[in-house]
Amino acid sequence: MRVNFTVNGRPQEADDVWEGESLLYVLRERMGLPGSKNACEQGECGSCTVRLDGVPVCSCLVAAGQVEGREVVTVEGLAEYAQQRAEGHQGGGCATGACGTSLDQAKRWEARPADSQTGEGVELAPIQKAFIDAGAVQCGFCTPGLLVAADELLERNADPSDQDIREALSGNLCRCTGYEKILDAVRLAAARQGEAV
Amino acid sequence: MDFLRPASWEEALAAKAEHPTAVPIAGGTDVMVEINFDHRRPEYLLDLNRVELLRDWEAGEENVRLGASVTYTQIMEQLRAELPGLALASHTVASPQIRNRGGVGGNLGTASPAGDAHPALLAAGAEVEVESVRGSRFIPIDEFYTGVKRNALQPDELIKTVHIKKADGPQQYSKVGTRNAMVIAVCAFGLALHPETRTVRTGIGSAAPTPVRAKEAEEFLNAALEEGGFWDNGKIITPSIAKQFADLASAACNPIDDVRGTARYRRHAVGIMARRTLGWTWEQYRSTGATLEGAA
Repeated sequence: MRVNFTVNGRPQEADDVWEGESLLYVLRERMGLPGSKNACEQGECGSCTVRLDGVPVCSCLVAAGQVEGREVVTVEGLAEYAQQRAEGHQGGGCATGACGTSLDQAKRWEARPADSQTGEGVELAPIQKAFIDAGAVQCGFCTPGLLVAADELLERNADPSDQDIREALSGNLCRCTGYEKILDAVRLAAARQGEAV
Repeated sequence: MDFLRPASWEEALAAKAEHPTAVPIAGGTDVMVEINFDHRRPEYLLDLNRVELLRDWEAGEENVRLGASVTYTQIMEQLRAELPGLALASHTVASPQIRNRGGVGGNLGTASPAGDAHPALLAAGAEVEVESVRGSRFIPIDEFYTGVKRNALQPDELIKTVHIKKADGPQQYSKVGTRNAMVIAVCAFGLALHPETRTVRTGIGSAAPTPVRAKEAEEFLNAALEEGGFWDNGKIITPSIAKQFADLASAACNPIDDVRGTARYRRHAVGIMARRTLGWTWEQYRSTGATLEGAA
């Protein structure tokens, strides 16, 4: 079957999709987006976490046919997604009248060899920078899922408690770091976000 | 395999009538696991994500009408006052990612004895509205579970709405697992006080072939509370009543030994949870006499 959906802001069409196929498989094997990781295939590990119409889900548990006409953001598009959010294109930004491109932003615009599909050439999202700065990445396998989940937490809760962070990341397993540096990274991103406001 | 994508409830019923073997998929948190692991190769997948009616809920006078696809996240965040027991149970489901997709309809459809929603539904009192092209019917929750992963649905029927009694008193939910997130219940217990009818209802999860109520325990407790005038005087329930209640709850179990725990442990734990949830809810009742949000 054919599935049409939006991935990281761009309309995509996947052909010859098997009816029992997961969104994760389509992303990795058909769209060339291997950022979402394939590990447990049963929703236990969270390494395949993506945003489906803004909501964090395990892409291994979404049937490909269920995303027809819907919007998916993967870790590859996270930086751009975060940037757009910061510029007020996403969510509640519009309520404050911050919609659209400001004069300042327009002046700063330059053609960059950026690719929202692969994530290459795009400036990293604040949560990605925080993970690097806090040393929250070891083998890196769980990192994409954690980034997507953590970014969503900070989107809806600018000042999360440790309990909030633990709960938001409770569906993401890491077998290297023992989570402490990951928690540090989220705290760091939240603190930087707070300073920026 | 064929992927059926009805846009409306009527279309979904027609598709199910035409293909009774079609496996309904909503959140996918059970179905996709089976497909990913090659445990199941259904001829037809019936996607219910586009059926808007299943995502709606409404709080009426006596009941909450909960669409089968309303997610656990929504229940936790928006129905805590009306359905405190189910909200607590929803919060124990897996992880945020799973709670964002899964709903009570899936729990009922799968009918695993370990499904987290079941004890809360049994304790609150609920009816499952199922429908086919032949018509709709209401199945009392006590009659819905018919065996291990079996329910009272006919092959052409789909679960539409769960009608759950709005809380008229404190409700609690307790679940045993090895950690807080991503845990299939070793066993679970739900308890609801119903001051309006002066009754207590219970639900036991993962300790029998199906979710069950501890009916003898309920009957004993109802009589003991009435006899002692507890509903009126609001006194602390005596330890001997609580112990007898716990023992009877234990006795209502018919558990097995498996990887998650032994039958003996499950019986023991259910007794403990019965005593604790009774204590918690009764404290809430004594201090306010009114419906409270869950406080686990």
